[in-house]
Amino acid sequence: MSVLLCEAQGGILTLTLNRPETINALTSEMLRELARVFAKDATQPEVRVVVLRGAGRGFCSGQDLREFEGKPISYKSHLRNYQAVVESIANLEKPVIAALHGAAAGAGLSLALACDLRIAAADAVLTTGFSKIGLIPDAGMNYHLPRIVGYAKAFELEALSERLKAEEALALGLVNRVVPVESFEAEVARQSAALAQGPTKTYGLIKRALRRSASATLEEMLEYEALLQEVAGRTEDHKEGVQAFYEKRPPKYSGK
Amino acid sequence: MYENILVETHHKVGLVRLNRPKQLNALSTATLSELAQAVGELERDASVGAVVITGNERAFAAGADIAEFQQTTLAELMKGLRADQYEVLRKVRKPLVAAVSGFAYGGGCELAMLCDLIVASETARFAQPEINLGIIPGGGGTQRLTRQVGKYLAMEMILAGRVLTAWEAQKHGLVNKVVPVELYLEEALELAQSLAARAPLALRLAKDAVNRAQDLSLENGLGLERSNFLVAFGSEDKQEGTTAFVEKRKPEWKGR
Repeated sequence: MSVLLCEAQGGILTLTLNRPETINALTSEMLRELARVFAKDATQPEVRVVVLRGAGRGFCSGQDLREFEGKPISYKSHLRNYQAVVESIANLEKPVIAALHGAAAGAGLSLALACDLRIAAADAVLTTGFSKIGLIPDAGMNYHLPRIVGYAKAFELEALSERLKAEEALALGLVNRVVPVESFEAEVARQSAALAQGPTKTYGLIKRALRRSASATLEEMLEYEALLQEVAGRTEDHKEGVQAFYEKRPPKYSGK
Repeated sequence: MYENILVETHHKVGLVRLNRPKQLNALSTATLSELAQAVGELERDASVGAVVITGNERAFAAGADIAEFQQTTLAELMKGLRADQYEVLRKVRKPLVAAVSGFAYGGGCELAMLCDLIVASETARFAQPEINLGIIPGGGGTQRLTRQVGKYLAMEMILAGRVLTAWEAQKHGLVNKVVPVELYLEEALELAQSLAARAPLALRLAKDAVNRAQDLSLENGLGLERSNFLVAFGSEDKQEGTTAFVEKRKPEWKGR
């Protein structure tokens, strides 16, 4: 079986981390596959939303430490594998949903935070993990986490590495919503289907705007927003949205 | 009439598009010659006030034509054909605006830096990777890049092949403006239109003074500025510009 399952249906590309015996511990092979799929398959126009999930008991237990057992390792070069994944998620101009059930730990949590939307099952447990083995968080966690929870909470989460239950993660804004275990898959399917019928180009422009916002002044942001809005204003979906509003009907978006 | 470029005019702005998409707009000697010829014609065209040089979304210009370089002997290069074309472009008196998207590598980066203003798409990438071919920049790269971004970054780009993203290029003063990829050409044309609507003689004198600032001591530069200022002051357009300002109306430039 492949370590990463890809299934495209109805505009939704579902990527399933597939090493359930290790709670989907990440290997170099999986990371290269992820980077390839995010940079190629996911950019196809028929794909309008990507879902990242885990097979079996949990989402992802983080980097597979056994991969390095008995071998000297250069983290600096190994982390290039993660950089490629995180950058390709950020550069993908469509929504990426992390569907979190069970464990989301270490680099698994980093990848979840790199996604655009996180839906958690009630049994989800989030933990940064790294400091437990004397490492700092990587794969972008030091970028994403303080932007969600602020420095003070980020330091606590990274240094103490306590386990957060789904409801606690929700209270911190680390996940967007928590769903009962029984209805988790249905809710992920509902949310991804809804996004897959949305104005995809616009979602991509929102990602661009939010990324720019991380390093822009207010004046720069206002200027850049105006330009992005010019682009959004020319989309078919904007015309359709306005038309549907006038006609008092739900819009039918093409994603363009 | 041209094989490697397309020439258009948009109101008072000349637009030259490099048009070798399969070669990522590699600047073959023939392409450079056509570019210099086209820009030279626009320079002589009294209805044109400014010129935009662009490539396409994927590549502004990815460098010299390496296949051609491979077949070129030292004796042939020493005839100075390429250098002559760069000189033609350098001596253009009307404002040149580069509209850069995608690769601006090697000769492409040099061509952009030869322009007076650079509008970059957020996908633009700037580099001088000649070192990887066992040569060095030959179209002004070592001189203009160093003057623009300083010694250390220039060394890193020219010796180590570092690539700058559009935002990095802006941070280091290499581009005027970074805009969404969908709008880079429009924004460049709009900027060029705004230049073309200004007093032609003053534009030319100002461009000359700014360009010479890099070659002259402050004392000589101030002397040159004073001369150019006096010339501008003696123009009909000075009279028209100041009168229109006092009368609170739009000036009508004569170019005299």
